[in-house]
Amino acid sequence: MTDPRRIALRPLARILEARQKGENPDVIERENLRLRHEQQRDRLRQRAESRLLVLAVCFFAAFMAVGVKMTALASSEPEEPRSATSGSSIISTRADIVDRQGRVLATNLVTNALYVHPHELIDPAAAAAGLAAIFDDLDEETLVRRFGSGSRFMWIRGSISPEQQQLVHDLGEPGLLFGPREMRLYPNGAVAAHVLGGARFGEQAVNAAEIIGVAGIEAELDEDLRDPARGGAPLELSLDLTVQSAIEEVLAGGMAIMNAQGASAVLMDAHTGEVISLASLPDFDPNARPRPLLEGDPSQSPLYNRAIQGVYELGSTYKLFTVAQALEEGLVNTQTMIDTQGPLRMSGFEINDFHDYGPRLSVRDVLVQSSNIGTARLAQMIGPERQQQFLGRLGLLEALDFEMIESRQGRPIYPSNWGQLSTMTISYGHGISATQLHLAAAYATMVNGGTLVRPTLQRQEDPQLGERVISEETSMALREMLRAVVAEEEGTANLAEIAGYEVGGKTGSADKPNPQGGYYDDRVIATFASVFPANDPQYVLVVTLDEPSISVLGETRRTAGWTAVPVAAEVIRRVAPLLGLRPQTVDPELAYSLSSASQ
Amino acid sequence: MRGFLTFLAAVAVIALGYWAYHQNIQTQQALRDVERLQRAIVMERERLGVLRAEWAYLNRPDRLRELVDLNFERLNLLPMTPDQFAVMDEVIWRPEASAPIEDEVEDILFSASEAEDLP
Repeated sequence: MTDPRRIALRPLARILEARQKGENPDVIERENLRLRHEQQRDRLRQRAESRLLVLAVCFFAAFMAVGVKMTALASSEPEEPRSATSGSSIISTRADIVDRQGRVLATNLVTNALYVHPHELIDPAAAAAGLAAIFDDLDEETLVRRFGSGSRFMWIRGSISPEQQQLVHDLGEPGLLFGPREMRLYPNGAVAAHVLGGARFGEQAVNAAEIIGVAGIEAELDEDLRDPARGGAPLELSLDLTVQSAIEEVLAGGMAIMNAQGASAVLMDAHTGEVISLASLPDFDPNARPRPLLEGDPSQSPLYNRAIQGVYELGSTYKLFTVAQALEEGLVNTQTMIDTQGPLRMSGFEINDFHDYGPRLSVRDVLVQSSNIGTARLAQMIGPERQQQFLGRLGLLEALDFEMIESRQGRPIYPSNWGQLSTMTISYGHGISATQLHLAAAYATMVNGGTLVRPTLQRQEDPQLGERVISEETSMALREMLRAVVAEEEGTANLAEIAGYEVGGKTGSADKPNPQGGYYDDRVIATFASVFPANDPQYVLVVTLDEPSISVLGETRRTAGWTAVPVAAEVIRRVAPLLGLRPQTVDPELAYSLSSASQ
Repeated sequence: MRGFLTFLAAVAVIALGYWAYHQNIQTQQALRDVERLQRAIVMERERLGVLRAEWAYLNRPDRLRELVDLNFERLNLLPMTPDQFAVMDEVIWRPEASAPIEDEVEDILFSASEAEDLP
């Protein structure tokens, strides 16, 4: 195919003409060839130029698109990809707290906060009067002064009820505004107040506020409760609301009858370490947490948790540990006779018994009848180092690692110079202080077959099976002795004998230390550490009364056997059925030989 | 032929453009739906939270105890005590309906025939 515009290289007419003139016809051919090349070159350049143009347009468009998108991203508000937010905004910010049966102990409620834009108020005086009428604690004059102070923003209330909100709405002031709030609510009021602690608002903005735990488990597990990764799963505690409430009711009654300053109780599972109930009276409403005392004795405040913060000498309850160690180390057996002739003098100090037990008692009777002299003799055999080591292994010499922030304040007090005399007084619980929770955990370790138990507030499925502290046989012997303290006529806790359940336990009464030094004569801390059912202990209950006194047959009684023991017995009578314990009808002697508590 | 291919390509571009636009609109609609549903879920959760809190508040032990005391005459509710547990043997069962007389007769006849078979 030939281009019509194509120039012939050797056009015949011109060649002939050139030949006639005698010129070289090759010149014509060369000339034409040149022209043809030029045409070709122009065509190619044109095509290349247009291609370049198209390419340039394409690149320009592509870069513009990228540029526009980048500008748009840079200048617009960042926004989460909507399809990916599958519910993180749906779940409330702080996890609920429930008891072991799923009953709500703490939850969140959406309310509103009230704030003011004073410059938008139409009639500040009327608004102030209206607010003062709705909220009792607001003062009209103060409000008028604050509205006139030139501030453009002020909070009135952190959270208000729907009724109050409606009343504020009815004032019709455009300057009164509401911001949504999540409020922490404790629906059960004062029940388990010390465990839960309380919460307050942290950082506040108009449309949200963070909730911060201030005490108890709310403070200790604050991070955990606020963690969005929880996905709204509630925190399940080992507490049982019904049991807790029953114990608080019985304690309140016992406190009134025994004229006590305060009362506290710890109920703990001997195998799993779960704290089923932890009560301390007087208590408070965590929805309206009172202010801490700024002066005076903090233990006078209702905020004070006696079971965890109260570091007291727990008296004769410690005798169990001395006897346990003496048995465990093979120094004695339960029938070995111990010299109880009093008084026992040691470096100018005199150890006496509550009354004279005669010249000798067996180890079993030393514990059952609670002889200080006998226990001190056992401690002499053990010696200071080994005693300190043993109590240390039981966790009685350091603060507990427990899920309440106050537990760090419950640091046991013991002599820095642990000599022979200290050993003897510590053997019956004087000169050493710990909290009630320490005692409960140590008793659980003693009776559950001998493995260490750490108390916990979180739900557990399995027994802890910690380090072995004493052998199964020693543990069984201790259970039998604890039962005898309650069951036998000479035992110090025979008021704890209740129909249906075999209770074992040990009493302890210690004089309260005077802040001015020395001890009070007429103020005691009465403690009863009990285990039930005694043949195969499931639960450990420690009841403590602060300064109890009761008049029996014209005589004022303060010892635990007359005060803490009857209260604990009533607690067990009320609580054991709630825990699902069937009354026992087994022959006790048979039960001890058959029982195996480690199951 | 070439013209037809060009036409086909143009139609394809228009169709794809329409499809893409349609998908875009549908996606936006779905996102709006999701947002609306999420708002609804938030509302429902809030309501649920309020109801749960109210349930817990109405069932708080102190209130239940007061109600039990108030209605003691009608309900006679007392705290649970150990003597309220019982063993199975203490339960009085309904007497079983007496078996028809024919069965008994048959039983006697059967045992009699068995006795005869024995040597």
